[in-house]
Formats: sequence, C-alpha cells, structure tokens
Amino acid sequence: MISDNAKKQIDHWIEKYPQGKQSSAVMEALKIVQAENDNQLTHDSIQAVADYLNMPGIAAAEVATFYENYNHKPVGKHIIRFCHNISCMLNGADDLIAHLETKLGVKTGEVTKDGLISVKKVECLGACVGAPMFQINDKYYENLTADKIDDIVDGLQ
Amino acid sequence: MNEVCFKNLDKDQCWSLETYEASGGYSTWRKILKGEYTPDQIINELKASGLRGRGGAGFPTGLKWSFMPRNAQGQKYIVCNSDEGEPGTCKDRDILRFNPHAVIEGMAIGSFVMNATVGYNYIRGEFIEPFNRFEGALKEAYSAGLLGKNINDTDVSFDLHAHLGAGAYICGEETALLESIEGKKGQPRFKPPFPANVGLFGRPTTINNTESFASVPDIMINGGQWFADLGVENSGGTKLFSVSGHVNNPANFEVSMGMPFSELLELAGGMRNGAKLKAVIPGGSSTPVLTAEAAMGMTMDYDGIDKAGSMLGAGSVIVMDDSTCMVEALTRLAHFYYDESCGQCTPCREGTGWLYRVLKRIMDGKGKADDIELLLGVQEKIMGNTICALGDAAAMPVESFLRNFREEFEYYIEHKKSMVKG
Repeated sequence: MISDNAKKQIDHWIEKYPQGKQSSAVMEALKIVQAENDNQLTHDSIQAVADYLNMPGIAAAEVATFYENYNHKPVGKHIIRFCHNISCMLNGADDLIAHLETKLGVKTGEVTKDGLISVKKVECLGACVGAPMFQINDKYYENLTADKIDDIVDGLQ
Repeated sequence: MNEVCFKNLDKDQCWSLETYEASGGYSTWRKILKGEYTPDQIINELKASGLRGRGGAGFPTGLKWSFMPRNAQGQKYIVCNSDEGEPGTCKDRDILRFNPHAVIEGMAIGSFVMNATVGYNYIRGEFIEPFNRFEGALKEAYSAGLLGKNINDTDVSFDLHAHLGAGAYICGEETALLESIEGKKGQPRFKPPFPANVGLFGRPTTINNTESFASVPDIMINGGQWFADLGVENSGGTKLFSVSGHVNNPANFEVSMGMPFSELLELAGGMRNGAKLKAVIPGGSSTPVLTAEAAMGMTMDYDGIDKAGSMLGAGSVIVMDDSTCMVEALTRLAHFYYDESCGQCTPCREGTGWLYRVLKRIMDGKGKADDIELLLGVQEKIMGNTICALGDAAAMPVESFLRNFREEFEYYIEHKKSMVKG
C-alpha cells in the first residue's frame, strides 16, 4: 500500500521527532502517500499510514479530515488554489475567479473533464502584497491578471 | 528602513550563509559557543530592546524567555511559529525566503538561553518555497558546524528541524501548533498549564514568531538600547508592515515603530488611482477596522494604534479606498473565520457560521431589519467565551465594521443593494 519510495520519504520525517513520537510525521506521511495516489486519500491509504506510524487509524483519519490540504474526492493533476480573501478581493480576485471558471468550463470545487485541472477557492495564502494570487501545486503566482492567468493555465500539461 | 530582518534584502543571494555572515551573522552564536555569554546577559539585552512578540500578541520576548524553567530536568523545546495565514499578513514568508539564517540564529540563541536543545520551525503547508529556503539554510548551518550535538566539542547542543503544516489557520495559535507538531488535529489547549511548563510532548516549550526570532541576532550585535532607540516608548525597534489593498506599491516595509500611518501609506506609493482612503485594518483581519480619519492620525506602534482604536497585531495593513463595499468586505472576513474555526468551542463553531450566514443574507438582499442587532449580539456572545483568541478575532471585525460603517449595513438591508456599488 505504501511504496518503498514513500516509506523512505516518511522515514526522513520520522527522524526529526523524538523516539516513539513518530506520529508527529503523520501530516507529511499523508501528503506523501496522497501524492503517489492521484492526489487523493482513501480510507485504506489513511489506515496504511496509521499502521506504518503505529497509531490508531482514527487518529490519522482525524488529521486527514481536519486539515485543508488533503483530498478525499478525485482532483485534477494540477490543483489551482485561488485566494479569495480580503486583500485579493480588493484587487479583483472575484472577477478573475469567474474568468478562470469560464475559461476552464468548471466551477470552483470541480475538475476539468480531462482530469487535468481542479480549481478551488481558498482562504488567505499569505501573499497579500502580491494580490491577487493563486497557487498551482507547490508554486505561488502573484499579481495576476486575466492575460497572465491565460498564459499560466495554457501552459499546464 | 530595512535595518533588521531585511537589512540584506538588496544583496545578491541575500539568504545565503555567506551574505549573512558578512553582515555579522552568527557572531553572537559563535560567542555563545566560546562561553562569552550567560543566559541572563542575553535576557537583559532583550528586555532592554523592548522587543515584543511580532506574531500579534505583543508579549515582551525577554520576559517570555525568562519564564522558561531552564534548569528543569529533561528535554525542553523551542518552537518558531511560521504558520502565517491571517488575511493581510505575509511578512514571515519573506523573512524565511530572504533571511532564513536570522531565524536559525535567533532560535539558536533562544535555545541556549532556555536550555532547550531541540527546536522546530512550524511552517504553513503552502509555503513550499520558504520551506525549501529554510531547509537550505539549515543544511548550510549544519555543514558549517553551527548546529548539532556538542557543537565544536562544547557542551552546547542545538538540533533544529522544520515541520510543515497542512492548511489550518488555527495552527498559528501556539497550543494548536503544538498539537499539530504532535501529529494531531490543530485544536488549542486549555491554559494553564502554559507551554513554558507543559508544552510540546508535555515538556517545557517556548514559542515565538518568526520575526521575533529574526530580530534577536541584530539586537545582540548592536545592543538592546540600539534596538529600543529605533522605535518609540513601549514599542522598541523596527517592525515589518505588510501593506496590501488599494495602494500603488503593495509590499512589506520594515520601518521604525512610531512611523505615522500617512508616511507608511506614502512608502506604499499612496492610494491607487488617487482614490480617496476610506478604511484601514491596521494589524491583520482580526484587528478592528478604522475610518480614514482615525487612520491618518495614527502612528504605527502598539500605543499609537491602540489609541486610534485598533491593534498592531502582526502589522498587516489592509488599505481600502472609497470604492470598497464594507458589507462585502466584512462578509469575506466572516467567511474566513467560519471556514477556519476548529470547531472545539460552541460559541465560535456556531457563532462564526451564524455571523457569516446573516451577512450573506444581507448581501443576497434578504436582510432583516433587526439583523444588525443580531450580528452585534452574536459577536458579543463569542467574545471572551472561547478557549483561544480565534473567537475574539472573529468577533472584533464585526463590532468595528458595524460601529464605523453602520449606515452601509442599514442601507444594504433597506435597499437590498450596496450603498457603494449599487
């Protein structure tokens, strides 16, 4: 259930915490396993992480459902997380989100038909002086305009 | 400008060990390794500096460090709070990206003072670029023999690790953050006991903000009095202000405490398109909103902002011009707290949703005549009735928006449309 490569990455995190406190690595372990399984967690993969870290399944499931960055439904290969909170709102984020929805033919929370892109509306991402902004996978894109969004999104494969 | 955390900002590879050391970086830590400082000397410098917690609470850092039972048996921890996520706040991201070694050295100095030989820097999960910078700096520091066990064969040890979050504003609350490092849901703990006695893994722990730690090395190089003199009474030093919203040049500015707001606004290029200033949230979304008049008469320090009717918070200045619909702005903030409430305390879990739904119905043209009183009543019942400050943070914007811009809410309810946007 957990690949050798994933185990190696999880072990790197376990080493950071005191002996016997390996459940501290659960947040990263879930991300690592999620990344290897189409960006999605299932009941079985959460249980596998719990087993690997020697913690109760329910404890891992609590973490997997409490935090924002875990997906429990199919998502795209690329996830666009568009900030809509105050600094971005003041700088026209709502119009740009609508632009992106029209361009991709999806609403926020949905995945494009080809499974390539998910769009999510999210709360503050901590880049307010670069508003409006979004995150695609691990990368921030700031000072967005409709043209800039078109260029960035057209480049996603 | 840019005298402390940002002093190397204009240099090439400003985040590298080489740049950091060229400007005196790690000189204090090296002196500590040579036995040239006692913990009390460092605490006294910090107390003299007037440095107060930069994450929002403003608690004096020197005093906080003195609370740690440094001679208690067993492991003690030092933790950096880089879980930046309150709307308007984006300064720690730049410290981690552009001056990660100052955070490392600040934590190392703290580890010595508090005899806490292991540290964690909790970085919000979305900050991958800052995380990578911090990890790179850690690697440099370890390779240079500045971190580890029995460094340079001394009896000083300090191991430092980065921990990544996974998307939860509440983990910026220090005890929720500790729960999160322990691999649990980020739900704040009851206090007391305070983390200095029962913290991470049940051990004595001190948590400071990224900017607080990053300010310590320069305070030690130049002396506490130097730092205090950069600022004003009761607000020593410089502060990073994240100026966002309707300004020409939104950016992070490191300036002296006590700078008039009007000067900070000028630094940020003034109002965009020459528009008229309408409102300012001076310290991040949880601090009360101010009218233009109150803001223009305010100085940017703890007492100055307090006198104007708000709080310095994390120094997150959100500037709004007269095209802003205050009903819409508050609804967006209310959505934030509704989304981020951890669900532990009933007043916050239920109240934040209630506030958002009432505001949403006003915006949908379905507001009722007594909705303003309802909003005020709900926020009052959240305020002070929760384990952590998120409840207060959700309540304060509501009270201040309604107090300062009540006519816009009344207009929206009566006319079923925005007074500003039509």
